[in-house]
Formats: sequence, C-alpha cells, structure tokens
Amino acid sequence: MPVPPGHVLIVSLLLFAIGVLGVLTRRNAIVILMSIELMMNAANLNLIAFSRQLNAISGQVFAVFTIAVAAGEVAVGLAVVLAMFRNRDSIYVDDVRLLKG
Amino acid sequence: MSVAAIAFYLLAAFAVGAAVMVIRSASPIHSAIWLVMTFLSMAGLYLLLEAEFVAAVQVLVYAGGIMVLFLFVIMLVNLNDVSERRIRLHTALSGGLALALAALILRVYGRGRLETATGASSLRVGGNLEAVGQSMFKNALLPFEIVSVLLLVAMIGAIVLARQPRT
Repeated sequence: MPVPPGHVLIVSLLLFAIGVLGVLTRRNAIVILMSIELMMNAANLNLIAFSRQLNAISGQVFAVFTIAVAAGEVAVGLAVVLAMFRNRDSIYVDDVRLLKG
Repeated sequence: MSVAAIAFYLLAAFAVGAAVMVIRSASPIHSAIWLVMTFLSMAGLYLLLEAEFVAAVQVLVYAGGIMVLFLFVIMLVNLNDVSERRIRLHTALSGGLALALAALILRVYGRGRLETATGASSLRVGGNLEAVGQSMFKNALLPFEIVSVLLLVAMIGAIVLARQPRT
C-alpha cells in the first residue's frame, strides 16, 4: 500500500460527508441520486482499503457486489424520477409532499 | 514519498474536489460530468490499492453505464431553469450535520491503530482477476446468484415505473 491506511479512510470519509451534504442540501432529485452514488463509492473505497490492509480478497468481492446493487438502485431511482416528472412536472423533491400532514 | 504515494494524493484531491463540484454545480449536466471525474479518479485509487478488477468494473459500470443512464434522464426531463431554491438556514443545518457525522466517523477511526501493510500482497496470485473470481465463485456463490435476481427485479421495476401509462 503506497500510503498509510488512515489516509485512504480520510479520503473516503470526506467523500461520504460530501455525499451526505449533497443529499441534505440539494432539492433536485437527480443530484440527490448522484450524492447517494458518492456515498456508495466512499463505502467501496473503505472495502478496498481494508481488503489490501488485511490481505483478504473478500473485500473486493463485496465491492463488486456493491457496484452491482448501485447499478440496480440507480435504474429504479431514475425511473421513479421519471414517473415523478410525468405526474408533477417537477423533479424537485420539495414539490412532492402528498404524504406531508 | 514514492511516485505511487504522490499519485494517490493527487487522485484523492481530485476525487474530493470533483465531488464538491458535483453538489455545488447548478446544472445537473455539470454535476454529471464532475461525477464522471470522481468515478475515474476513484478507479485510479483502486488501481493504486491493487484492486485492478474493481477498478475495471468501476470504469465500465459507473463511468460507462450509470453515467449514461443519468445523462439520458437529465436530457429526458430537460428542466431548463437552474433556479433551485435553497434555504440558507437549511444549508447551514445540513452542513453542521454532515460535519458532525464526519467527526463521529473520524473518532471511530481514531480508536484503532492501523499499520501500513507492507510486503507483497497475497491478493495477486496469478493476477487480481483470478483471485477475485476464485473468491466470488467459491465463497460468495449464493450472493452472486441473488445479485443477478436483484438486477432482474430492478430491470423489470424500472421498466414498469418509467413506462408511459396507457391512456
């Protein structure tokens, strides 16, 4: 490993925090999905870093599974965004408040 | 500092910077382009961490497939106004929350002491792909099959959700 594992973890921590910030501050549903992808990537980076650190290949196998699940999640998420746009003419999440009391 | 370490820090800085641009850009198209940059530099990080197969999958699936999906939907939805409402108090609150979460994770990291792994990695017997394949089809065969069913369900679900409703 070229750098101390702590530095890799810091990078993934930063990416995760940026993803959280994106989900919380943005109203555009597509950008929110992108922020979720950022968080998943941060988790993947952790898996890879620990796989190298502990010399265990299963971390990389898990990372591949995560990528597959992320692909399915994006497909369904974007389909939901499309349905939302068709019904509400908006992709801003604060325009969808039917369940709000 | 070795060349690999310098490359790591450069790629990491670029990944984080591009991620900031993803959530800062007003236009979703710009966000998507910056997201590709993040994904590609993270593929570079995976390469430096000796996970060649995951790096290849990252480029193929994320930078290839997922980004095309994002761009398609952005073009389909085609909102021309970039006047996204942002509430100042909300932004400050979210920033505080994200910072608090980061501090929490950092504190958990601080609990453990990790030595830098040195020496040859045993993950590379006959190339990384072979090791991943061996582990995936020996230890994780059932999850592998379940993921394939999950992808099928996601595909059908996406078609059902996005289909033009019959009039």
